[in-house]
Amino acid sequence: MANLRRLSRRDALGGSGAVFASAALPRWASAAGARDPRLVVMILRGALDGLAAVGPLGDPDYADLHRELALTRDGPHAALPLDGFFGLNPAMKSFARLYGDKQSLVVHAAATNYRERSHFDGQDVLESGIPGPGRIETGWLNRAVALLPAAERARPLAVGYTPPLVLRGPAPLLGWAPADLPPPDDGLVARLAKLYDHRDPELARALSAGLEAERMANADGKAALKPGGGASEQMRRVATGAARLMAAADGPRVAALAFDGWDTHVAEGGRLANLLGGLDAAFAAFESGLGDAWSQTVVIAVTEFGRTVHVNGDSGCDHGTGTVAFLAGGAVAGGRVVADWPGLKPANLHENRDLKPTTDLRAVIKGVLADHLGLSPAQLAQAVFPQTAAVAPMKGLIA
Amino acid sequence: MSDPSATWSMALKRFGFGARGVAAPASGDPRAAIEAELAASGAGRLEEPGLMSSQQALVALYEYNARQNEARAKADALRGAMTAMPAPAVAAAMIAPGGEAKPAEKPPNPIEDIFAAEALARIKAAAAPAIGFTERLVAFWSNHFCISAAKGGAVRVLAGAFEREAIRPYALGKFADMLQAVERHPAMLHYLDNAQSVGPDSPAGRNGKRGLNENLAREIMELHTLGVGGGYVQADVTEFARALTGWSVVGPDGRLGPPGAFAFNANAHEGGARPLLGRSYEDQGFAQGRAMLDDLARSPATARHIAAKFARAFVADDPPPPLVARLADVFAKTDGDLGALARALVADDLAWSAPATKLRDPWEMCVAAIRALDLDPHPSGRIAHWLALLGMPLWSPAEPNGFPDVAAAWVSPAGIKARLEVAAVIGRFAKDAPAPVDLLERVAPDASSETREAVLHAESRAQSYALLIMAPEFQRR
Repeated sequence: MANLRRLSRRDALGGSGAVFASAALPRWASAAGARDPRLVVMILRGALDGLAAVGPLGDPDYADLHRELALTRDGPHAALPLDGFFGLNPAMKSFARLYGDKQSLVVHAAATNYRERSHFDGQDVLESGIPGPGRIETGWLNRAVALLPAAERARPLAVGYTPPLVLRGPAPLLGWAPADLPPPDDGLVARLAKLYDHRDPELARALSAGLEAERMANADGKAALKPGGGASEQMRRVATGAARLMAAADGPRVAALAFDGWDTHVAEGGRLANLLGGLDAAFAAFESGLGDAWSQTVVIAVTEFGRTVHVNGDSGCDHGTGTVAFLAGGAVAGGRVVADWPGLKPANLHENRDLKPTTDLRAVIKGVLADHLGLSPAQLAQAVFPQTAAVAPMKGLIA
Repeated sequence: MSDPSATWSMALKRFGFGARGVAAPASGDPRAAIEAELAASGAGRLEEPGLMSSQQALVALYEYNARQNEARAKADALRGAMTAMPAPAVAAAMIAPGGEAKPAEKPPNPIEDIFAAEALARIKAAAAPAIGFTERLVAFWSNHFCISAAKGGAVRVLAGAFEREAIRPYALGKFADMLQAVERHPAMLHYLDNAQSVGPDSPAGRNGKRGLNENLAREIMELHTLGVGGGYVQADVTEFARALTGWSVVGPDGRLGPPGAFAFNANAHEGGARPLLGRSYEDQGFAQGRAMLDDLARSPATARHIAAKFARAFVADDPPPPLVARLADVFAKTDGDLGALARALVADDLAWSAPATKLRDPWEMCVAAIRALDLDPHPSGRIAHWLALLGMPLWSPAEPNGFPDVAAAWVSPAGIKARLEVAAVIGRFAKDAPAPVDLLERVAPDASSETREAVLHAESRAQSYALLIMAPEFQRR
């Protein structure tokens, strides 16, 4: 922290920095013993397949529809049991342990009001908190922080080279990014490799050789990284760094992170397991890194929409609608899956292809902001999620 | 080249730094637009309040060194009471410009502040113009007459001033004038060790420890003028080096003039008439070396060397021989008029018709990305970091022959992987960029259907921008 404080305010606010930090963080002004809540929002960009992350094992149509991507009750990669009906992807062991400790929960069949299938627009709606897509310069989390009493408004932390839209806005930010360049996510690598294969054989050969060399270099190290292991390790690193900053007595109380790579159109199984392992490691990193503050923490992971119920010809899924949200933290009233399960019969699907959303994701977020940060329904309906008075904050998410 | 859109595409890539994503689309005749850029008053020059002259920068360095020595002496007295500073937790803390809260016991270090300000000015100068041909020319000549900031304090603190003082004023002027300005500039004299070169039979040489250093003389002939195979032999190198003895820089003591300025130190100059390439130069002190430089600038070997390199850098790794011949002819007939050389290149149909087989070098790639995505060039340390990761650290080539100017050198596995990593980061920075669909029209109207597909169906805007930057249409020129 000493190094962070040496940087100037200009650096903290001057645009898109991988850069950070404030000259003087206000000392957190709450009396000993008073509530001192922390909130972390993780945006999973690319559309997470909720049905492969948290499988409705008790749904009679699930195994047939989601085929090789469906989780199973037994076998070598059996799902981690949740509530009997739902099972968790086996890559998420820490999250399952927290679930057993009643410190994590899953919301299923959830989505914002956005019903098209563009990543950019879906992320705009999710992060801006505005009911329609478009380029909006502020995010709901920033506007929520701006409503907190001044003494409790410790500067929110934007993790990454540029603040996620959800945290952009009038409230000044703290920014942080890990020192080295993150490895490009698998989706980007695969798309570029495909483009080069079609258009530029010379660049294709160079890229392929470069990636292979990287794999070998990693395999030679202490912790051998499987191909694609880079992205999940990055999630753990980023969360570890963010948790360290938030654990400080005068550190930020609110943070937003964004993780790319969830757009699993091709060969979803292994990639998703890898990504979910990274997400799981991020939850675990916050738990261990926040120490005593974990008891007053909520970490929520959300994505712009889900993926199709049917598996496509490349063992992946295409853009869908309903999906999951993950909540973890000592302040979460956990140990349950919150879902008004719509079923997977054709008539119950959204447009005959997607998991029908039965829970408004914005109600979940509003519930956290109301009961964890103490914002009023009126504040939430006006400044934070405008034009959503009809979407009531979900009750009972916070212990 | 009859299709105006294709001609503009080529103009921006081959002669410029690519289209700007938020600018009005280019219109009119691209050749005329390039001509207009060259004809603009002050073209090539870069003068900004706050940037230091090389003399000011060197004085700042001298003062810093003095303060540091003083502090070191104090620290020695206090040794034992001090503990080591904690290592920075994050690299960003190291690249961020600062100055607000340095540890009290260390004097403020001007070197990085000056370097960062110069870097920012250079980036902005390249990002601003509609095409950027003049800035491409500056980059070419700066790389031709490269110094390396990695050499250490003096060269690092002078790197930006060197380009502004010795390269830019002559980028559209006479080659001989640029040559004279470069070889007497303190940055070059430090970089190629001539500041320390002492004539063995000079007054200083007879009673000192230092001797002749041939480094600058050799590189002037091999790299700056005649080129390898340009007809010189080792004896020429030695004679030229002797003639250049005494070309030095005034130190902090001000014994030879104003501190930080060029000095001709007669005391270190090897006297006597000298032969060079079959001609004899009588001893006139400083004028002897200057006369040699003037003749080197006008050698036919120099014209051929420069013409081939110029065509290779802009057009193709193996440029069409008729193009090279015509450029050499222009260089020779105009007494090395670099503006005429640039105009001859743009006027030549062969310079336009060669296919886009070259790869943008990292500097061009970063500037093109800044222009396309409307990236904030501040803090310049961030972009300097990208350039370093891409293998082209700003003003810091590994060798005096500068950064490679052929595609083969940049199309490497590590290089392309590094480009991808940097492009992924750039994509995340591009928060003010136009929507990908609009950007494609502006920046890559020539994009293939595969590139369009990849850019438009990326899973996030950041990924979309990264793919645009990595697309062959963006990387190739």
